[in-house]
Amino acid sequence: MSKFLALLFRNRLAALGGVVIAVIFVLALITPLLPLQSPDDTDTAHRFLLPFSGGHLLGTDQLGRDLLSRLLWGTRLSLAVGIAAALAAGFVGSAVGIVAGYFGGRTDNVIMRGVDMLMAFPYILLALAIVAALGPGLMNALIAVAAVNVPFFARNIRGITVGLAGREFVDAARLSGKGHIRILLTELLPNVLPVIVVAMSTTVGWMILETAGLSFLGLGAQPPQADLGGMLGEARSAMISSPHTSVVPGVMIFLIVMSINLLGDGVRDALDPRLRSGALSRPKPATDVRRAGPVPEATGALLEVQALETQFHVGRRIYRAVNGVSLAVRPGECLGVIGESGSGKSVTALSVMGLVASPPGVITGGAVRYKGDDLVGAPYGKLRSLRGDRVAYIFQDPLSTLHPLYRIGDQLAEAITAHHGVGGREARQRALKLLRDVRIPNPESRIDNYPHEMSGGMRQRVGIAMALANDPDVIIADEPTTALDVTVQAQILSLLDDLRRDRGLAIVFITHDFGVVGQLCDRVAVMYAGQIVEEGPTQAILDAPAHPYTARLIACVPELGGGRRALAAIPGLPPSVDDLPPGCAFAPRCARAQEGCTAAPIDMREGAVAGTPGRAVRCINPEEAIA
Amino acid sequence: MTEALRVTDLSKTFPQAGGLFSPARPGVRAVRPVSFAVEEGETLGIVGESGCGKSTFARMLVGLLPPSSGEIEIEGRRLDNADPAKFGKMIQYVFQDPISSLNPRKTVRQIMEAPLRRLHGMARAERAARIAEIFDSVNLRQEFLDRYPHEFSGGQAQRIGIARALAAAPRILVLDEPVSALDVSVQAQVLNLLAGLKADFNLTYLFISHDLAVVEAVSDRVLVLYFGSVVEIGRAESIFRHPRHPYTRLLADSAPVVGRPLTAPEQKDTELPDPLDPPPGCAFAGRCPRATDLCRQEEPPLRPMGEDQLAACHHPLED
Amino acid sequence: MGRYILRRLISAIPVLLGITVIVFLIMAMIPGNPAQAILGAYATPDNVARINKSLGLDKPLWDRYFIWLWNMLHGDFGRSYSLNRPVIDEVMDRLSATAILAGVSWVVASLLGILAGVISAARQYGLADKLITFVVLIGISIPSFFLGMMMILFFAVRLQWLPASGMYEIYGGGGLGDLARHITMPAIALSVVATGVIARLSRSAMLEVLRQDYIRTARAKGVNERRVIMGHALRAAMVSVIPVLGLQAGFVLSGAVYIEIVFQWPGIGQMLVNAILQRDILLVQGGVVIVAALYVIFNILVDVAQSLLDPRIKT
Repeated sequence: MSKFLALLFRNRLAALGGVVIAVIFVLALITPLLPLQSPDDTDTAHRFLLPFSGGHLLGTDQLGRDLLSRLLWGTRLSLAVGIAAALAAGFVGSAVGIVAGYFGGRTDNVIMRGVDMLMAFPYILLALAIVAALGPGLMNALIAVAAVNVPFFARNIRGITVGLAGREFVDAARLSGKGHIRILLTELLPNVLPVIVVAMSTTVGWMILETAGLSFLGLGAQPPQADLGGMLGEARSAMISSPHTSVVPGVMIFLIVMSINLLGDGVRDALDPRLRSGALSRPKPATDVRRAGPVPEATGALLEVQALETQFHVGRRIYRAVNGVSLAVRPGECLGVIGESGSGKSVTALSVMGLVASPPGVITGGAVRYKGDDLVGAPYGKLRSLRGDRVAYIFQDPLSTLHPLYRIGDQLAEAITAHHGVGGREARQRALKLLRDVRIPNPESRIDNYPHEMSGGMRQRVGIAMALANDPDVIIADEPTTALDVTVQAQILSLLDDLRRDRGLAIVFITHDFGVVGQLCDRVAVMYAGQIVEEGPTQAILDAPAHPYTARLIACVPELGGGRRALAAIPGLPPSVDDLPPGCAFAPRCARAQEGCTAAPIDMREGAVAGTPGRAVRCINPEEAIA
Repeated sequence: MTEALRVTDLSKTFPQAGGLFSPARPGVRAVRPVSFAVEEGETLGIVGESGCGKSTFARMLVGLLPPSSGEIEIEGRRLDNADPAKFGKMIQYVFQDPISSLNPRKTVRQIMEAPLRRLHGMARAERAARIAEIFDSVNLRQEFLDRYPHEFSGGQAQRIGIARALAAAPRILVLDEPVSALDVSVQAQVLNLLAGLKADFNLTYLFISHDLAVVEAVSDRVLVLYFGSVVEIGRAESIFRHPRHPYTRLLADSAPVVGRPLTAPEQKDTELPDPLDPPPGCAFAGRCPRATDLCRQEEPPLRPMGEDQLAACHHPLED
Repeated sequence: MGRYILRRLISAIPVLLGITVIVFLIMAMIPGNPAQAILGAYATPDNVARINKSLGLDKPLWDRYFIWLWNMLHGDFGRSYSLNRPVIDEVMDRLSATAILAGVSWVVASLLGILAGVISAARQYGLADKLITFVVLIGISIPSFFLGMMMILFFAVRLQWLPASGMYEIYGGGGLGDLARHITMPAIALSVVATGVIARLSRSAMLEVLRQDYIRTARAKGVNERRVIMGHALRAAMVSVIPVLGLQAGFVLSGAVYIEIVFQWPGIGQMLVNAILQRDILLVQGGVVIVAALYVIFNILVDVAQSLLDPRIKT
């Protein structure tokens, strides 16, 4: 709760709104205690007095009544009515929404049909009809405004509830023996409540406006009683001769609604966990670069990553996702990058072309070189011209990575036209050929499909075709088969393997699966906690892993054909990358750890292991000696 | 050996809503009638790819989904109404996504107490003692009890999920992809824990997974599902080595194995049949290199083939 | 596509019936003798008898509903007692004025709102974003009727740039130019709130979309940023903006009631408020049913637009 308030008041606008509405609230509360004239005392001799005259701070209205007094009493009334309407609508609407969303099926159908029916009216028609039936009056206006807003709450809360009711914890509660009522009240309600609070706090202002509106039309508060809307309505006839009688209540409505809106937005933001992590920011076209330290020299590889550091800056925390990674890939070579979740393998891959979401991502050191040119901090135009043309990507989930509203043919053609000035017809011909290259059956009919009309395997073939569109030199494949079934994965892998042999492609293949690496990759780099801990020819590493982490990880992978057995595990958990130890990050889980392991950063040692040259290990006490 | 679970002709058809003016269409058959039995203390592995109906099947077993037909018997007692409170003491479920299966706004203690209170009506002191006991057995520290789910890693959360299932003191655990959301180094921690618990509590497991190697490592027998039907059942050590059904072989050949050259396994088409309009005959016929006209007309029954193995195929593979 | 439109039209029939039921039930809540209530000051015994007969008030509720419905289907919405003419004639006379005012405001609000939202999202936390956010906040907080009054004071009374009320000059009025001069202020006052709401929603929809994987894919292909924003992102964002446009049409229509009163615009809203104050229930009933029905049809058009944009909607 204190965390919530701290977040709320860190937002200065929300704080301002909170202060203004608090002052108005207090004034409204103590109005009966203030030394004011009665709001209904008429004095026709002193009509339309200007502010600061005749003992009336804000002047008088058309009947000579004290405007300040009427303003405060009116504010009191407007606030009370608005809040009452919001509470009533919020309560009824939320109850209806939760019930419909949780029970689903026919209950949901019947309730939501009714709600849709009510929402089929422009809201004021319904409000006017209710007032017409009940007769003008403040209470009836309140009922009308509340009733009109019930469907909005119901629909909103139902949507949230449907999402929650499908979550597994609701099933778990049922299996724990909880009944429907108990699940509704103790499992769902605590999760829906923040949404209800947000919905109410953002609609109170709106409700006050609406009731003021009805009073303005003469359908709400009846004379001599007046809320703010009523005052404005009465003042309208004298608007031109005595504008101050209109301005006073109008400005008050404006102040109330604006401060409530500011506060409501603040409440919404403070309750939204995504905002705290910076996830609501839009990613920039290229990752931010704040590079300190020297830039490594070029070495002449096709694509090389040199001492790359990529971090995520969230609030005051710094997550060192990539911590000095160096990689190089030659033409025609397939380099595997393997690691568990959080090891920084995907961030490394995305850093190459500046695709790490910024904010919160920042590249803080090292270089990425394509044919010797440093791309870190390169102008956006240069990055753009290389992306998809010389260095292309294949991503993990082909459903979310293809645009749902464009035909796949158009998405393929766009990959070509983004770099080459070819006409629409030629681009389409090329797209067709690409589909054929990735062995999609019936490409002529498939080219006009939308992604949702294809299976996962077919979609990933489209993803591969898109990467091939401009005959790139390097393809970076970020877990391209993780979301697929094994039978489909086998086909995609063999397709990738054929393509790279036919075209001499360099592939950087990011994965968590040793089986895949063993089949596809020439060399492999093993990542742990943002660093490469071992690198070398795939077969050599699989046969004789030198880093204890590599050895343990290989032992963990169950292989088909081993029969029933106990599986190896690595005790403990990977470290959090916002709190890395100074030395080897694996030391706390390592059976071979010794004193020097955690003292200082450990360098990569290059050499031959078990007779195979070209290996590198970041360990001072490796499983196999390095010569 | 006694029988822990017997399933007879269990099936699920999801009705399809017809339009306002069109007649109701035939439903989607998510699970075709399935029958099998599990011995007490056995682990039955269930493998299949996405869309094979394995989750629907699991949800029916624990009473979260009423079956369209068939019966479930646990230790000889028939469970015929889908009431999780009744099922809960006999059979429990461990979910695939460990984080999503824990209510984000409840402490671990509140989550753990629910089954003890609702299913066993335990008093406060008794509950605390029981929770401590269970937490010990799943290697979780007591101080975790007052934390919220988002503070845990996937492996820890999955152990909490297992602890909750154990709190109900069930006879059978249905483990629905319990390790597929976990990293491989943590995966084995959970699998080994499960193996230990089974012995300690004398449990019977139904272990559902898409990962053949994991299933093979933990199961006594394995059941292969394809498109809502059982295509093969056999002993874990032999079913993937000597599959009878071509689909089982396709699965085994597709699993990435270090050192095996990359070739796409033999199959014609990768698409599953349309569940709204299933073909007659064997559902795998469209992808099967051995399919004949017979396969496309007549659905093959599950029949014994060799020792301890059953397969539903007109043209089974020989050794 | 044609089948989809037809299906949507057919599915609108129960909604339209529902609307008539709701209106009928609300009107049935009128306490006391309905004829007395409808007639109010005009309740001579003669009139009461006429009303009772024409509405069949001696009959049970459902019978009365079906009689009312039957008459409506034949274009008979009853007679307005305060105006002494058929309800349908009065509604039709005023419908175009409201449609023009609300239509112009809605189009302005949609275009400006989406534009502001896109700019705001593309320049998140930049100067343009802050400026737009601030203006939008004021826009959605100011009561439109108050804004309208202030505009009259300033632009019509003080500066005398624009006429303060009406749709055309009373003498020698007419023509598009005259209409444009008259509609400027009411349309602006009416569209301010909707513009603000649409801008906010467009901004958050754009921000949501810009985080999606397919935007990263577009950037990874090397598509230039302008096209990423105005093509890929905007198109996807429109999927969630279009339903809001439909909803806002209802709000614009609602706000038109206030604006018509403030600017003396001869539309339906003005008519309804006067009818309520005069207790002319048949006029209220007829006006509400006709406008609500048109709004339902309008929302079908919105749905069709949505289905053209989003192929995932089954057509």
